[in-house]
Amino acid sequence: MDMLSRVADSLYWMSRYLERAEHIARVLEVYLSEQLEEYTGDDNNRWRTVVESIGLQAPDDLVEEDVGHWMAFDLSNQSSIVACIMSARDNARQVREQISSEMWEHLNRLFHRVRAASTTEDWSADQHEFLTEVKEGAHLFQGITDSTMNHGEGWHFIQLGRFMERAVSVSELIKVHFREHIPADDEEHHEGGDLLKSCTAFEAYCKVYTADFKPLRISEFLLLNREFPHSICFAIDQVEVSLKALPQSADRRVGDRALRLVGKLKAMLSFSQIDEIMAIGLPVFLAEIDRQCNQIHIALHQIYIEYPVETAIQF
Amino acid sequence: MAFPAPFQNYALGDAYDEMFAAPAAPREQFQALYDRLQELPLAELRRRKHTADQAFLNQGITFTLSGRDEGMERIIPHDLLPRIITGAEWAVIETGLTQRIQALNEFLRDIYTDGHILNDKVVPRDIIFSCKHFRREMRGVQVPKDIYVTVVGTDLIRTPAGEFVVLEDNLRVPSGVSYMLTSRQVMKRAFPELFQTCDVRPIDHYGQALLATLREQAPDNRSDPTVVLLSPGVYNSAYFEHSYLARQMGVQLVEGRDLVVHDNIVHMRTTGGLRRVDVIYRRIDDDFIDPLSFRPDSILGVPGLFNAYRTGNVTLANAIGSGVADDKALYAYVPQIIRYYTGRDPILNQVETFLCSKPKQLQHVMENIGSLVVKAVGESGGYGMLIGPHSSKAEREDFLARIQAEPRNYIAQPTISISTAPCFIGGSGVEPRHVDLRPYILHGEKTTIVPGGLTRVALRKGSLVVNSSQGGGSKDTWVLN
Repeated sequence: MDMLSRVADSLYWMSRYLERAEHIARVLEVYLSEQLEEYTGDDNNRWRTVVESIGLQAPDDLVEEDVGHWMAFDLSNQSSIVACIMSARDNARQVREQISSEMWEHLNRLFHRVRAASTTEDWSADQHEFLTEVKEGAHLFQGITDSTMNHGEGWHFIQLGRFMERAVSVSELIKVHFREHIPADDEEHHEGGDLLKSCTAFEAYCKVYTADFKPLRISEFLLLNREFPHSICFAIDQVEVSLKALPQSADRRVGDRALRLVGKLKAMLSFSQIDEIMAIGLPVFLAEIDRQCNQIHIALHQIYIEYPVETAIQF
Repeated sequence: MAFPAPFQNYALGDAYDEMFAAPAAPREQFQALYDRLQELPLAELRRRKHTADQAFLNQGITFTLSGRDEGMERIIPHDLLPRIITGAEWAVIETGLTQRIQALNEFLRDIYTDGHILNDKVVPRDIIFSCKHFRREMRGVQVPKDIYVTVVGTDLIRTPAGEFVVLEDNLRVPSGVSYMLTSRQVMKRAFPELFQTCDVRPIDHYGQALLATLREQAPDNRSDPTVVLLSPGVYNSAYFEHSYLARQMGVQLVEGRDLVVHDNIVHMRTTGGLRRVDVIYRRIDDDFIDPLSFRPDSILGVPGLFNAYRTGNVTLANAIGSGVADDKALYAYVPQIIRYYTGRDPILNQVETFLCSKPKQLQHVMENIGSLVVKAVGESGGYGMLIGPHSSKAEREDFLARIQAEPRNYIAQPTISISTAPCFIGGSGVEPRHVDLRPYILHGEKTTIVPGGLTRVALRKGSLVVNSSQGGGSKDTWVLN
């Protein structure tokens, strides 16, 4: 049976929001544990950087003590963890009969737990537990999705949402991180460990490069590694796989556009070397990834969701 | 003779009791249940009740009261014991409802085309034209195969004499059939042994029958027509039912925003492009279905849908304007309508009805309001209703004032003590509660009624109001072979 555009849209956004919630939970956890050790002690604006690294702008009246709460629970912050999980659930609810009941029940339960946590007075005691719950909840949802839902069109839209969000958010994280730390090439780069942890990449990186944190290698790993699931290259590979699995669009001209765009980005990531990237400048390269991801997102939307009626009428 | 446990609190009143003809003397069709209930320990009944409730909750068989707040989804209270109807009783219901629905369908065709029944003064014109569900826009519209009503839910009650009579018809968007179907699934697990001994007629084929009825109404007999179910969306109280039926039929569950009309053809937006839609089983009221033709502020509808319908490119089930035939004032004329079109007397009787728009009858209502049930004609779901014997003086005065202000808007009927059926109450025993019965009728080239229906229960002791919005529950209905 054909899939309704609205359903595809909801599945895509459900997945994006959940990926985003998990990403923020990871970044926040790394920040909070790094806070405890305070080896960056002199840097009073560290928390502002963290907020920026997830693509947000801190409101003027936000103070350092509240940043954790703001990122986790504040509903006026549309990208707080709770707000993201709420949006994921809202989208899932719209398509409840299209996803497996196990998926719905799990997401619903996660939502209720997170909301209950958001109303407790003092969350600082349970910060770690809460953030772990969010991360595990998101992982579990992915596992449930993979093992209970048909790997058909709907599942591919879920994959697209997950990996588009991942590519964009990892790129943002790298951008902000290296804007703050521009150490020389051969220098030991301690903060690099935090960046890797924010992408669950610490252990995976060490297996490839040992615990030797060089900016160049860290960048290479997060941008170009083909095997690590949180690298941008991996994410874009997955986007391509899912895009190819979708049915041909009625209108071939636009249908090929998304594939062409993702192919172009994939080629850029596949055939670039890290010294070339550094030579043109990391920010320039990241901005290009961002721009292309955005184009892919728009193309997806125009082809499958919001296509103009005139072009879609078959004469 | 006294009732044995767990019936120790069973008291027979004026009402007809479905189970007992006299204390401790069950009717034949209930004998097996009666015996079984005495064997089962209370703890076991409680366990089965819990399992059944859990099944409803886990399957998400819920209804929403209103609004989008959290925690508003509730399961409809479900009683553990079946209501049992004999094959002979059912045969009367089946032929009676078939006759009634065919006559009402013919009536709709007539008033939207030639108007013979109006010219012959069997039904007064003003009652039609003053009905808010009458759609002038439907005059002369060619409806495929002249089928105006496809899905009907007719409410029956049983009088103290034991006769099934019609209380009201629902010809717009009757709901509740999903409770009938899911309740049966749950009951099969709760009382497997009784199903075997009782020889209960199956109802599972409702989904296929509905799909077949919808498909045969496709415009221009299009082969392999695309059927969709049009829902107002997740915030509608019956959304569970919409998605359940769509799954049972294997059709798309669409919302207004999924459909586009181009050149008077209806399409749905899919990821593979636009797909033509032939038949829409719509669960949206007339008012909201097309902002260009009806309420312009509707965001649930599909702009241009009515024109596509009028052109004959798409079928809507039920047809626009079918609500005029379930108007509570028109109800009083249904026996004449049946005689007019079929030349026979109605097989099922109905409740005597006083029209407040008629001066003589109005006077009767004014004088006897304390013993009558007064209903606003356009309301449903147990709203806008006064039950005389259970009302306070202030309530009666309030209603009298409202009736005098708008007599056309009100009807009155004698208060009938509707029949009672055994219910498992409070986990402690079986007691009688008042029930009604809503069978679901599928009307196409032929009329199909799956044997059974939704039995609604007024779970509050002594209450006569069975609507789920007023604290009613449901129970499974068994029709025996």
